[in-house]
Amino acid sequence: MYYDLVVVGGGPAGLAAAEEAKKNGAGSVLIIERDKELGGILNQCIHSGFGLHVFKEQLSGPEYAQRFIDRLDGTGIEVMTDTMVLAITPQKEVYAINEEKGYMKIDAGAIVLAMGCRERTRGAIAIPGERPSGIFTAGTAQRYINMEGYMVGKKVLILGSGDIGLIMARRMTLEGAEVKAVVELMPYSNGLKRNIAQCLDDYGIPLYLSHTVTDIIGENGRLSKVIVSKVNGYDPIPGTEIEFDVDTLLLSVGLVPENELTRNAGIEIDKRTNGAVVDENNMTSVEGIFSCGNVLHVHDLVDFVTHESERAGKAAAEYLKAKAEHREESAEKPINLINGEFIGYTVPQKVTVSKVDKFIEVLFRVRAVLNNVNVVVKAGDTVLMSKAHEQMLPAEMEKLIIPKKMLEMANGKDITIGIEKIEKEGE
Amino acid sequence: MLKTITCIRCPKGCLVTLDTDNPEGTIKGFSCPNGREYAINELTHPMRTISSTVEIRGGIHPRIPVKTNGDIPKEKIFEVMEEINKISVTSPVKCGDVLLHDVLGTGIDIVACRDM
Repeated sequence: MYYDLVVVGGGPAGLAAAEEAKKNGAGSVLIIERDKELGGILNQCIHSGFGLHVFKEQLSGPEYAQRFIDRLDGTGIEVMTDTMVLAITPQKEVYAINEEKGYMKIDAGAIVLAMGCRERTRGAIAIPGERPSGIFTAGTAQRYINMEGYMVGKKVLILGSGDIGLIMARRMTLEGAEVKAVVELMPYSNGLKRNIAQCLDDYGIPLYLSHTVTDIIGENGRLSKVIVSKVNGYDPIPGTEIEFDVDTLLLSVGLVPENELTRNAGIEIDKRTNGAVVDENNMTSVEGIFSCGNVLHVHDLVDFVTHESERAGKAAAEYLKAKAEHREESAEKPINLINGEFIGYTVPQKVTVSKVDKFIEVLFRVRAVLNNVNVVVKAGDTVLMSKAHEQMLPAEMEKLIIPKKMLEMANGKDITIGIEKIEKEGE
Repeated sequence: MLKTITCIRCPKGCLVTLDTDNPEGTIKGFSCPNGREYAINELTHPMRTISSTVEIRGGIHPRIPVKTNGDIPKEKIFEVMEEINKISVTSPVKCGDVLLHDVLGTGIDIVACRDM
């Protein structure tokens, strides 16, 4: 079996990459999806708020997915659902399995990795206490309630104030549960401000910042009490315990890009993002294998996933074209984008300057809440660009456009992106 | 009285401040007309859209996602949820199909959010 492009994952990233690759001339395109239908995590995100950038209107997750699924009609893009990819190799062989066709080896001209991410679990953050039933990751509870029609509990505590935790606080409330509180380890929420307003404030649900779960108590096998303590940094403060009588604890404590296939293919992984190291066209360290969406780095908005994945899909089509025309790859060495002070990560991590069309888009996150700062782009000691920000939050992904002209000014030197505080007069 | 309202119209979440005695004259902090409109409405008649699911027979899943196709008064959220919970449909349903007309006389319909 041969396809010019195999896309692993049929969520928003895979759908956008496949469509854009096809539009830009890729021949045969196959999307492989392990669930029984396309759409990925959007199918369970029934709340509104998707699509403001891509469609200029607010859609629910399933509606956003439906638009992309509908657009596959007539494109010739093939889809295999209920199919698990077991391995990919640097030679771009894809090993997959499903009930109908059994074990398959698919040769690909190019591959787009769009597997998304998984939730961090209780084990990953080592919450002490008993192990009764009633403890779920927030996304699992979301799938049970929104797709499978099971209510997971009546009295609920939520650990983690990321968007999924906030959205689930509202969802559980609407379905008749009593959400006692959302508890957040950090002194700030990791969710969007509007979700604090419309998911917690609207329903009078308290948010405990700088608190965490320090004990879990069950009764007859079901959760009955959760003990929450105030923290100093990451350390619980004795004597600050609050007892919550709940039967359900939802964990919204972070997402981990699902990169087992990527690692096993020998693709270089960035420890900061837990995703592949990519260049300005989303190509990984293995030629012809691209990565996009939440498997590359965790995004705040699906609109940004779509945008990034379209770029990866287009780049995969260009790569196939260049290969078909036996065009020589330039031997130019890519420059690195280095993280300066307060920068958590950047994507891309590498840039081949001569291949850049007009500009590159750098996505990044800061590591602390910052007020009145400049984002400064430097090559050695030379400042290439500087942009002022009133406030920057770790919860919000930032975008920086660097024009090709600036990249050329670096003269082959690595580029550092850092944060500098703006000194105010009189201070 | 000075109030701060977080705009929910887009992911930016502007903090809009205004004086309840003179909202039009004191409003600031919004970065688009939607934010201005949202904050002023929020003082007098807060509105929300809601999403939920309803039972579906013969579909790939036992529930199908639905939403209000416009804003409903915030104080009616739980009453509208009760109406939504009475709905039961049979596959096939198309995305955008109206499953309940004019819920509680609000002029707003409950619509399906996907094909199933």
